[in-house]
Amino acid sequence: MGNNVKHAFVAAILTGVIVMPVFGLQLIRQGAKTLMEPNFSFVLIAMAIVFVGQLCRHWLLLPFKKLKRGLPTLPAAPTGGNKLLILALVAVAVIWPFFSGRSSVDIATLVLIYIMLALGLNIVVGFAGLLDLGFVGFYAVGAYTYALLYQWAGFGFWEALPIAGAMAALFGFILGFPVLRLRGDYLAIVTLGFGEIIRLLLINLNQFTNGPDGISGIPKPTVFGMEMQRRASEPGGQTFHEIMGWTFQNNHMVIYLYLMALMFALVTLFVSTRLIRMPVGRAWEALREDEIACRSLGLNPTRIKLSAFTLGAMFAGFGGAFFAARQGLVNPESFTFIESALILAIVVLGGMGSQVGVILAATLLTVVPELAREFAEYRMLIFGLVMVLMMVWRPQGLLPMKRPHVELAK
Amino acid sequence: MSDLIPQLTQQIFNGLSLGAIYALIAIGYTMVYGIIGMINFAHGEIYMIGAYVGLVTLTAIGTQTGMPLPLMVAVMLVVAMAVTGVYGYTLERVAYRPVRGSPRLVALISAIGMSIFLQNWMALGQGARDMAVPALFSGGINFNFGEHAFGVSMPYSRILIIVVTVVLMIGLTLFIKYSRMGRASRACSQDMHMANLLGIDTNKVISFTFVLGAMLAAVGGVLIAITIGKLNPFIGFIVGIKAFTAAVLGGIGSIPGAMLGGVLLGLAETFAAAYISSQYKDIVAFGLLVLILLFRPTGLLGKPEVEKV
Repeated sequence: MGNNVKHAFVAAILTGVIVMPVFGLQLIRQGAKTLMEPNFSFVLIAMAIVFVGQLCRHWLLLPFKKLKRGLPTLPAAPTGGNKLLILALVAVAVIWPFFSGRSSVDIATLVLIYIMLALGLNIVVGFAGLLDLGFVGFYAVGAYTYALLYQWAGFGFWEALPIAGAMAALFGFILGFPVLRLRGDYLAIVTLGFGEIIRLLLINLNQFTNGPDGISGIPKPTVFGMEMQRRASEPGGQTFHEIMGWTFQNNHMVIYLYLMALMFALVTLFVSTRLIRMPVGRAWEALREDEIACRSLGLNPTRIKLSAFTLGAMFAGFGGAFFAARQGLVNPESFTFIESALILAIVVLGGMGSQVGVILAATLLTVVPELAREFAEYRMLIFGLVMVLMMVWRPQGLLPMKRPHVELAK
Repeated sequence: MSDLIPQLTQQIFNGLSLGAIYALIAIGYTMVYGIIGMINFAHGEIYMIGAYVGLVTLTAIGTQTGMPLPLMVAVMLVVAMAVTGVYGYTLERVAYRPVRGSPRLVALISAIGMSIFLQNWMALGQGARDMAVPALFSGGINFNFGEHAFGVSMPYSRILIIVVTVVLMIGLTLFIKYSRMGRASRACSQDMHMANLLGIDTNKVISFTFVLGAMLAAVGGVLIAITIGKLNPFIGFIVGIKAFTAAVLGGIGSIPGAMLGGVLLGLAETFAAAYISSQYKDIVAFGLLVLILLFRPTGLLGKPEVEKV
């Protein structure tokens, strides 16, 4: 017991040192001068909490130990009976926006964009085990491909979409080709560097990309060539609502975008589910588990990694083009490292390789900050903390996929 | 043409002072990597915290108290080192020790989470906007070559960076070479299990490595805050990546390599800013990182790593 008290005491002192310069002595700017305002009570409270927490550490940790084992894991392959359930879910997802408010549909669209991006990254990180910290770079490539094609060649969304995907995939291929020989953590840093390089290039190639201001006025997608606006942009053109004989409503565009995002997310989900059962998908997973064993079985690691990397980049490119169309403007600010980290956090939180987990996590990480807007400044703080805690307590994620495997007794 | 020599001198001086900062931070990366083989992604944030602690200390003392300048700087450095040392220790205990022995990616993700946490921790405590750091040193040494030629100016604050860094580097080299702890940490970087079998408390050595790395980064933070005159909670990220580049350039795991890499990167960046375009200096640093990792992943002074089954 005495040892415990000593331990808690030391922890409390350390907490004091850590909290003091950040919260205890607050710097205040007054014109050119910097003043200081002490706020010791906060420090004392933090120290007290840590002291008590460390004393009762044993009991406090009990629920977490349960958590470690208690949460369910998904079966390796969804059984056939789920098909009806999935169909019903999709039907609900298609119908509900017609009966709900504009803001919730907007949030749902955002969730779907993140689901799509996270599923794309899941191919790279979850299936192939390659930590990609520059994913947002490919997202940017997709978004700017559409924006630039519109600005310089007048392309519409549907013409630009395949090109955006192809461009992002090409970037992934060119980047991946030399980089994928590197070991895991080096790979992470190099992809991070590439993501930053793409962003910096977008900022600095002023004549071409319009620099930090970005490109605005990007048109929304059309419905089979018909615009969804109050009036056609060209004389003589017909808009969607005129043809359908509806009165014009802004809501239609919101719902249309939602449905498109839903389609994108479903396509991504479908493609990646099929891929993982194909030989290439099996090879990704095998490579993630043991690269040396794969090589000795005659698999070509570089080629397999490259396929995962390129495919992931392609989905990011599609997502980027859709993002550009939805926002109507792109600028380099949307493609910072934090965005990469957010998508990565979704994959990690959901359970690497688990698609249902990823969807759940994307929903959680997008909806919770929207609901708790008054805590907006704590958002990133909690977000970082969650990443650490997940790695410490449950590195396999919230809803990990159970894999058929046998392990040698050690 | 007569301007060439003074301009070069100026650029080399600027590059050295910048490179010294990178070297100070890179040592933290390289030592941690050398011992437990992980990239401490949050190391750049420690540098940022060091800068803030320096500013807090300076504000607490006050600039008008008549305290001699060297003493004031020394107090800032010591306080910043002490606090960031605690940060480094806690960081390792809280975020890295529990995941030691897990796959590399788990530790890296934990480190990324910690980095995001620390940035926003500081933003919450001291505000996300730029803070002004009062100028402690004014003036510097100026050389003029001829009447109309380009003059070389060496501000005292930048000279201070170089002097402090050189002193610390010498101290560190001696410490690693001759002290008991230094020998233990070298043993651990060669073979952790064997060191443990021979009675070295490896946990202690790892903690010590984090504390030492954090302290050096804090020195970099305080010195750069004095020189540049402003700071915000997000300065650590880019500098951290660049210092990591420096560590990789020199050969990650090698302390002299980190020093060399830092100086080379500082020079490369300064010259790129001067002769290509200042907007592209970050791209030069990142591009350099990519190129080294592609063509010489072991760096200049590093040992090749053999993958064992």
